[in-house]
Amino acid sequence: MLLYVVSTVFVAYLSFSLRRNQLTPIVWNTLFWIIILFTAVNAIAKSFSQERHGRLMYYYSLCSPQAIIISKIIYNSLIMLALSGIGFAIYSLVMGNPVGDIGLYLISIVLAAIGFASVLTLVAGIASKADNSATLMAVLSFPIILPMLLMTIRLAKNALDGLDWSVSTDEITTLLSIDLIVITLSYLLFPYLWRS
Amino acid sequence: MRKIWWKILCIAIIFYVIVMGLIGPVPRLAIINESIRNTYFHVALWLAMTTLLFLSMVFSIRYLNKGKINDDDIASELAKSAIFFGILGCLTGSIWANYTWGDPWPNDPKLNGAAVGILIYLAYLLLRSSFEDEQRKARISSVYNIFAFAVFIPIIYILPRLTDSLHPGSGGNSTFGSYDFNNDIRKVFYPAVIGYILLGLWLAELRIRMKHINRVQEESLTTGDKVAH
Repeated sequence: MLLYVVSTVFVAYLSFSLRRNQLTPIVWNTLFWIIILFTAVNAIAKSFSQERHGRLMYYYSLCSPQAIIISKIIYNSLIMLALSGIGFAIYSLVMGNPVGDIGLYLISIVLAAIGFASVLTLVAGIASKADNSATLMAVLSFPIILPMLLMTIRLAKNALDGLDWSVSTDEITTLLSIDLIVITLSYLLFPYLWRS
Repeated sequence: MRKIWWKILCIAIIFYVIVMGLIGPVPRLAIINESIRNTYFHVALWLAMTTLLFLSMVFSIRYLNKGKINDDDIASELAKSAIFFGILGCLTGSIWANYTWGDPWPNDPKLNGAAVGILIYLAYLLLRSSFEDEQRKARISSVYNIFAFAVFIPIIYILPRLTDSLHPGSGGNSTFGSYDFNNDIRKVFYPAVIGYILLGLWLAELRIRMKHINRVQEESLTTGDKVAH
C-alpha cells in the first residue's frame, strides 16, 4: 500500500510537472485528499476479503463481534495514519508545500484518517459478504464518505490559508461528531453482519 | 374492502392540495411571487421522503431484532417509494430554482447533499440486488439501511445549515416558519405532507403485496416440484 501511495503521488507529480507554477493551493489540497481517499478505499477494502473463511470461523469462535470490529477499526486507523502521514511527507516533498498552519493540517489528517478508517471498515464488512465486492465497495463507500471528505477539505483549506484556529472549530467538532456517530453505529450494527 | 378509508383519504387530500395549491390564496413575496405555491409540492415531497426513509429504517431495525422477512420487504419498498419522491423533489426544486435563482442546478450545498443522499439509497438498491440468498440479503441490507439513514440526515439537514446555502434556514437565512408561513399556506401545506406520506405508503403497500404473491407462487412451485419427484 505504501508503494501505492508513493506511485500515485509520483504520477500526480509527473502529470503536473509541465506546469508546476499553475498548481494553485486549492488544486494542491484537493489532489492530495483525492489521493488519500483512493488509498483508503484500496487499503481497507482488503481488511475483510483477504481473510480466508477458516480464519473467520476461528475468530468467530474466539471472541465477540464487538471486539473484532473495534480492533479492526483501530488497526485500520493506524494503517491510515501511517499511510496518510507518509503520503503527506512525500507529497509535500515533490509537489511543494504551501501549507500555512502545519499543526492544523496535521489535525485534519488525523481526523480524516480515523474517520475514513471507521466508515470504510463497516462498508468493507458489508461488501465482503457480496460476490463482486470490489465494485460494491466503491459504490457503497463514496456517497457515504463524501460529507466527511468535504468537511475535511474545508478544514484543510483553512489550515492551508493559515487562518486562526477559532475559525475552524466548527469543522473540527462536526468531523469529531461524525466520527463518533460512525464508530457507535459500527459497534452496534456489526454483530448482525458478523453472524452471517 | 378492508382498510380502504385511508386510500380514499389520500386521493381526497391530494386533489385538495392540487386544486388549492394552484388557485388558493397565497402571500405576495418579493422575487418568489407566485412560485411560493411550489412549497406545497417541493418542500412537502422532501418531508414525505424523510418520513418514509425513517419508517424504512424502523422496519430495518425491527427485522434485525426479530428476523421476519416481511419487515425487510416493507423496509426496502418504503425506501423505493422514498427514492421516487426524492427524484420528484429534485425535479420540482429544479423548476423552482430556475425561476427564482436563475439556474436549474445552482451550486448549493443542500442540492449536492440531496444528490448524494439519492446516490446512497441507489447504492442500497444495488446492494440488495447483489445477493442470492434472501435472509442474507435482508440482514446485510438492513445493516446498510440503518447506517445510510444515519448519514443521510446530517447531509440533508445539518451540513447545509453550517454553510451558506440559498435555501431557507441556512447560512443566516431564517427558517420557513418564522416569516412567510401564514395560515393560508399552513392550510394546504400540512395536508400536503400527510397526503404524500399516504401516497408513498400506498405505493409501497402495492409492491409489498406483489412481492408476497411472487414469493408464495415460487414456494408453491418448488414444493410442487418436490411432490412431482
